[in-house]
Amino acid sequence: MGMKFVVLVVVVLAVIAIAQIMRVYELSSKIRGKREEDIDLRVNNINASLMLVFLLLFFGSFFYMLAVYGNGMLPEPASVLGEKIHWLFNVNWIIVIAVFLLTNGLLFVFAWKYSYHPDRKAHWFPHDNKLEMIWTVVPAAVLAVIIILGLMTWNEITGEPSDDAVVVELYAKQFDWTARYSGDDNKLGFSDYKLIGNAEDKSSGTSYSNPLGLVTDNSVLWRVQGLNDEIAALDENIELEANNLKAYSQANLNKMNAKVEKLRRIRERVLDMTEMYGDSINAFAEDDFVTKELFLIKDQEYFFVLRSQDVLHSAYFPHFRAQMNCVPGQRTSLKVTPTITTQEMRSKDNIPDDFNFILMCNKICGVSHSNMKMAVTVGTEEEFIEWKNGPLATVAINDSIVAPAEIDMERMDWPEPAHHGDHGEEHEDEGHNDHAEEGGESHGDPHGH
Amino acid sequence: MSAAAHTDHGHHHKESFITKYIFSQDHKMIGKQFLITAIFMAVVAVILSILFRIQLAWPGESNSVLSFFLGDTWAPDGVLDRGMYLGLVTIHGTIMVFFVLTGGLSGTFSNLLIPLQVGARDMASGLLNMISYWLFFLSSILMLYSLFLETGPASAGWTIYPPLSIYEEAIPGSGAGMTVWLLSMTIFIASSLLGSLNYIVTVLNLRTKGMKMTRLPLTIWAFFVTAILGVLSFPVLVSAVVLMLMDRTLGTSFYVNDTIIAGEVLEQSGGSPILFEHLFWFLGHPEVYIVLLPALGLTSEIVATNARKPIFGYRAMIGSILAIGFLSFIVWGHHMFISGMNPFLGGVFVFTTLLIAIPSAVKVFNYITTLWKGNIKYTPAMLFSIGLVSSFITGGVTGIILADSALDIAVHDTYFVVAHFHVVMGLSAIFGMFAGVYHWFPKMYGKMMNAKLGMVHFWLTLVSAYGVFFPMHFVGIGGAPRRYYDYSVYEGFDSQQFEMIMDLNVVISIFAIIGGLAQIIFLFNFFYSTFKGQKAVQNPWKGNSLEWTTPVEHVHGNWPGEIPEVHRWPYDYSKPGADDDYIPQTVPLKEGEEDH
Repeated sequence: MGMKFVVLVVVVLAVIAIAQIMRVYELSSKIRGKREEDIDLRVNNINASLMLVFLLLFFGSFFYMLAVYGNGMLPEPASVLGEKIHWLFNVNWIIVIAVFLLTNGLLFVFAWKYSYHPDRKAHWFPHDNKLEMIWTVVPAAVLAVIIILGLMTWNEITGEPSDDAVVVELYAKQFDWTARYSGDDNKLGFSDYKLIGNAEDKSSGTSYSNPLGLVTDNSVLWRVQGLNDEIAALDENIELEANNLKAYSQANLNKMNAKVEKLRRIRERVLDMTEMYGDSINAFAEDDFVTKELFLIKDQEYFFVLRSQDVLHSAYFPHFRAQMNCVPGQRTSLKVTPTITTQEMRSKDNIPDDFNFILMCNKICGVSHSNMKMAVTVGTEEEFIEWKNGPLATVAINDSIVAPAEIDMERMDWPEPAHHGDHGEEHEDEGHNDHAEEGGESHGDPHGH
Repeated sequence: MSAAAHTDHGHHHKESFITKYIFSQDHKMIGKQFLITAIFMAVVAVILSILFRIQLAWPGESNSVLSFFLGDTWAPDGVLDRGMYLGLVTIHGTIMVFFVLTGGLSGTFSNLLIPLQVGARDMASGLLNMISYWLFFLSSILMLYSLFLETGPASAGWTIYPPLSIYEEAIPGSGAGMTVWLLSMTIFIASSLLGSLNYIVTVLNLRTKGMKMTRLPLTIWAFFVTAILGVLSFPVLVSAVVLMLMDRTLGTSFYVNDTIIAGEVLEQSGGSPILFEHLFWFLGHPEVYIVLLPALGLTSEIVATNARKPIFGYRAMIGSILAIGFLSFIVWGHHMFISGMNPFLGGVFVFTTLLIAIPSAVKVFNYITTLWKGNIKYTPAMLFSIGLVSSFITGGVTGIILADSALDIAVHDTYFVVAHFHVVMGLSAIFGMFAGVYHWFPKMYGKMMNAKLGMVHFWLTLVSAYGVFFPMHFVGIGGAPRRYYDYSVYEGFDSQQFEMIMDLNVVISIFAIIGGLAQIIFLFNFFYSTFKGQKAVQNPWKGNSLEWTTPVEHVHGNWPGEIPEVHRWPYDYSKPGADDDYIPQTVPLKEGEEDH
């Protein structure tokens, strides 16, 4: 507090001091009969000269930065499309810099050259159709070139991937990335956000997690198990409250009841999946593998499918000059063909030996937005196989996603939820129990979906 | 006083302090109220920016400035809190774009100049005008209030993209902070709409005799088109905001789809955040021109007056204002090239966006030609106008790169974008605003601002502004994403990149601090001159437009007698055959003399 007071006093004193100086200045100009709107010729000329000085400083610092940081801008692009973007960037850059130098140059030179002189009269020049035509048509023509080149590149960037592009999913959530390789079939297994979650089979001690929400026979069952556990835990608390063993506010109780309702609705929809996906439910997921790092093969085209769990994210590969948003509830995509391996990159001049490619998040996604990253390595096919089989780099989240231990249906003890409120859907619970006993057939029918 | 004046203004009773200074319906007073409020908001926004620049240059280091302003809550041990960093960025952007450059710029100068320059006694509706200001005041208070909330202000960026802005669990600022933000913005939009309608009606209906549309000063054309843009685009933001409020409170899913927030599976399904992006940018892009056009209008007037030369290509200038206004409505998608929008649509937006470069180029060349063979007087207003043309060029050319979707993919959401829009929109508009204040200060307060201080203010501001934003382009091309708390992400990946970003960030922050401090000169000059400045004469800059025919002391109804009749355009400077180097609009055409 003392500090703030001192600062305040200093500020006040400074303002008073300056005000006094101003008074003196004002009084002296009053005596001299000087008016504020009359700018001295000398002062006017100083300003005009400063225009030229500024121009030199401005262009000088521009070229200085180009020279010093031009190399410090991102290293050369390391992907096929990146190279094209880089080329287009340079073409545009030349046009842009030319226009920048020309117009700023004219502006400040004129500002310097035509400064006020009492003996001169400004040239009467209100308009000139020819000139105006020139600076409408010339920019239009230059822009036409820019548009055509730009759209050609844009079409390449967004065009269909080639047939041998490897499909990899990038899954974003606050605040990390997960990659899923589509495996030998080059097809990603189905996924649904409702299946994301953890579960534990208490009798066998097996635990299970499905961070990407892959749809398989077993993941559906496991998820139901997880939801049941959640419901049971809530129900237990509600029951305790009912027996006066625990005290909750009515608001909390309402919330808990609402949550139970919600979890049941979700369970219903999860159970529908088995039928919805039918026989193909496991078809593509079996060979998928999930990692926390990205390893790409040089000169291999990749087709990234992007998803997000929570908020908008953006997959940004600065060195590949590639970027695409990850939108919750929607799939977006991005093509990348790396052209330089990590090792090749490191051996280049100007590039430090500890260089690595990186995937960052480039759409504000929360408090730790700037920490959201994933290591990217580019190597040869052999190195990829080695990495894939190696224990260090490949972090399979949980084998049970695609190859779970046999789940004995009998062991899936779906608890009978406590009856609370008059939601009138009690039959639902029994319904699920029955179905479980029958081995999960035709879940949807009795509920009229 | 004539009878006509009396019927127009039947309330010539003695005004109380409250009706004169607070609940005033006089456009000149309302203009000043907007200006003072905007200056206060600008000071806050600049301080916020300096706070986060300190973090960016010296990340994680304890700083007493941070503890001074933010205390232990938001800067424990003098280190900026991560959440508050995003809050500062968000509120800085919101205040600058809406409260300073929209409310402040249009509110001040449209109010002050439209009636004075078209020759009207006041705005079409003084009452609506007053309400417009007080809604603006209320929304300003709310926005400032959000800085003091326990969970922090809105912190999803000024573009408040959902779902981040919807769930408090996703970021704390999306709780009460976002609620207040939405409330404040809704009130702000109401204010803006009332103001804009008033401006449009006044320009169309209350012009004095002889004031044809083709004799209007370019300021009025700019304000007029700006008001039309505001009326057509701000309501779309209201709808976006209402839908967002529903998603936040009623559990609808306009913008959300299949999300899990903080481990909780949500049932909201079927919406899309991309819908919000469309609605937001349908306002957001015209908004850029709502900010920019008034500044360009003010500059047109100031450049002509001080170069003692007619503005070159008056009709082309009007045409380019109209073209920019129209095109600004069909380019919003260039903010969304990588949003997941259909790539074909992206291509269309590339085309329309690059078209805007044509009228912009016309404007730039016309300014430059106006200077050519002029007789330039360097008043502070003129200096800032030259600064505006420079920043409009420098920021405009980088727009060509960003408008090209294929290039945007490489620099989208990096500091390149931040540099681009700060230069082309932020600097240009704020330079225009400074120019306007220096130029019309005598009209507002009947006093003169100190010219020498104004010059020092200009040169320090120009150098530090470019010092801040020029290196920022390089940081962006170097791969630094915006809204990052620090760049430690590059450590261990690309140390060279990391060092370059850090080097330049220090330079940028130092210039930001110098530039921020330089504004104290302006503040001092402004407030000192308000009270103690030299008394102004009626037409200090020897201008042609109508406001310089009104008396220095403000009167209700602007002209004590009849409203003068207009006989010519406002740009007859150094016209051959005339004795003076200016001919006010009220001087009748001589025998055989041609209107422009």
